[in-house]
Amino acid sequence: MNGELVIDVRGLTKTFGALKAVDHVDLAVPKGAIYGFLGPNGSGKTTTIRMVCGLLKPNAGEGRVLGFDVVRESARIKERVGYMTQRFSLYEDLSIQENLEFIARLYELDDVDGRVARALDDLGLAARAKSLAGRLSGGWKQRLALAACMIHEPALLLLDEPTAGVDPKARRDFWDQIRRFADEGVTTLVSTHYMDEAVQCDFIAYIAYGKKLLDAPTAEIPKKVGLKAWKMSGPGLARAAEALEASDDVAFTARFGGDLHVVGADAAALARVVQAEAQRIGAHAEPIEAGLEEAFIGLMAQAQDNAVRNGA
Amino acid sequence: MKLPAIKGFSLRRLGAIFFKEFVQMRRDRLTFAMMVAVPVMQLFLFGYAINNDPRHMAAAVEIREDGVFTRSFLAGLKNSTYFDIVAVTTNEEDGERMLRSGRAAFLIVVPEGFERRLVRGERPQVLVAADASDPVAAGGAVNAVAQIAQRALARDLEGPLSRLGPAPAPFDVIVHRRYNPAGITAYNIVPGLLGVILTMTLVMITSIALTRESERGTLEALLATPARPVEVMIGKTTPYILVGAVQVALVVALAMALFRIPFYGSVVLFAGAVTLFIFTNLMLGYLISTLARTQMQAMQMTFFVFLPSILLSGFMFPFRAMPGWAQAIGEALPLTHFLRIVRELMLKGADAADIAGDVWPLALILAVLAALALLRYRRTLD
Ligand SMILES: Nc1ncnc2c1ncn2[C@@H]1O[C@H](COP(=O)(O)OP(=O)(O)OP(=O)(O)O)[C@@H](O)[C@H]1O
Ligand SMILES: [Mg+2]
Repeated sequence: MNGELVIDVRGLTKTFGALKAVDHVDLAVPKGAIYGFLGPNGSGKTTTIRMVCGLLKPNAGEGRVLGFDVVRESARIKERVGYMTQRFSLYEDLSIQENLEFIARLYELDDVDGRVARALDDLGLAARAKSLAGRLSGGWKQRLALAACMIHEPALLLLDEPTAGVDPKARRDFWDQIRRFADEGVTTLVSTHYMDEAVQCDFIAYIAYGKKLLDAPTAEIPKKVGLKAWKMSGPGLARAAEALEASDDVAFTARFGGDLHVVGADAAALARVVQAEAQRIGAHAEPIEAGLEEAFIGLMAQAQDNAVRNGA
Repeated sequence: MKLPAIKGFSLRRLGAIFFKEFVQMRRDRLTFAMMVAVPVMQLFLFGYAINNDPRHMAAAVEIREDGVFTRSFLAGLKNSTYFDIVAVTTNEEDGERMLRSGRAAFLIVVPEGFERRLVRGERPQVLVAADASDPVAAGGAVNAVAQIAQRALARDLEGPLSRLGPAPAPFDVIVHRRYNPAGITAYNIVPGLLGVILTMTLVMITSIALTRESERGTLEALLATPARPVEVMIGKTTPYILVGAVQVALVVALAMALFRIPFYGSVVLFAGAVTLFIFTNLMLGYLISTLARTQMQAMQMTFFVFLPSILLSGFMFPFRAMPGWAQAIGEALPLTHFLRIVRELMLKGADAADIAGDVWPLALILAVLAALALLRYRRTLD
């Protein structure tokens, strides 16, 4: 059972001065899984990932990554982890090929030339191999960085917002590739702000203000959050949204195309206020299944409340 | 702490870092150009512009009374090449003003009745007022005045007047100015300059070895790889040996061609000493890069080291003339030992035994710096 967990850490905590950036986070990531790591800006995703791959020493916590002790054996962990940093971290004054070769040599790989050539082909960058990495566009830099962190065929991928600034087609290609890796047994922990990426993950951990609020298989997330939703359509929805938001029984409202989704925790109370408002403005209203998106918007709103409470 | 740093050492990884650093260095044309331009510029500035035995100093002469002896004295001053007589005046105020305004660095006053009192044997006084706000500039010329006067007047003090001349000392003092008989400043400065140039450029360039990576964000990826601290340290510093070698070749060639600096010692010993010194500087810079958080801080720390190196190493001022505490600091600076080695080798033709006393301190400093750098190396982003 334990042998199947590639990341198995408990109570990871990191403080920067007075700030508790990560507060007792547990992670249990099974082999071959794609684990989505979500949370608002500054919630501690990058800090957690850095602790997992040994780049930051946790103030507290313990556990194993790839079977090695997360605190004491970080050198062994590094050999088998591919870490893609949030900020571009390849050498802008080296060519694309030189960057890949450098990484390949650092991992003491055999057949460096062959691997680099194949990576360049996969990327479709063979023709530009000699141009400087700094000259690439933002999206291409991301794709190069991804190729670089996979060149040594790691058993665990830690990807920190890998598709920020990448166009939709490249993003789809990227996720197809991650899925192929997963089928081969590679484990992935990936942070993202995109809902369409979150739904592709097997599991999702949601973190806010350093605390993990939710961790479940993706399909179970909406149920776990337990929100009820109504869909309204018709005229005058902007005014209705304002009025509904003011109500205590409504958690939040969100626009989906021409529709307005109204979300709340208490089914009966929600039905009452939504139907009343619909009648008043002459709009159509019907109950719907609360999806992942509603669930996350709800979590964000909750996290905001947390912060206000903590700050007071 | 230290053992795991050595364990798992990989020559291939070291090679990868070395090669990467080398390519980056080659690509950074401006820095590379500066590495060549700085030595050439410094050599010209120090070699040609600086002279610790200054000549042709502007002098004003105030003559209250003209005469045979006075004219001989003036001619002697001119011929000594120490003084260029820019004005001859009879007015007390004129002379003073020239000295104060800086138009003359010296004011030589021949008083009224000089000739008459000289002949009578009354030992009249000649006043030399020097602008000593710069002691070095004043020193040599002031010493020269008395001799010039004596020599100039000796010819005129003949026959019955010869008794007025100075009596010879009852013994002869013979002075040999060894290793630099003509007292040429460049002989002292140029070999020292080699050390100064190496210190300045090499420490500066390696002081940003790690800070540059952390500022550009590349350190995070580097730290996430299995690269070991020793591999990073050696891989990141050794490419700059090439820079040092180019600088040494340039400075030595120019020094010999332009300033005719002799080279008496063994070239092999010289190459060995230079290599040791280059390593020491690279390691000093690298240590700074493990301490500084930003490139700006690294630069500031470089200057923090550079200033005492210039002042206390014996490059600018004679080492033996410094107070004990300053000498103690000087002994801890790599440049101090390198200066001695190079001067001994180039000017004195020293052998291995002669320079050994300065080679081992240099090696010791290198070892301490390397150990400190490895201890300070941050394996995490904390
Ligand atoms: N080196 C550091 N020193 C001080 N504070 C830090 C440091 N690194 C991160 N923090 C703080 O820790 C908190 C968590 O930061 P972290 O980068 O982990 O967030 P994140 O979830 O990755 O955010 P984003 O989505 O914006 O990337 C933030 O408040 C940040 O300001
Ligand atoms: Mg982040």
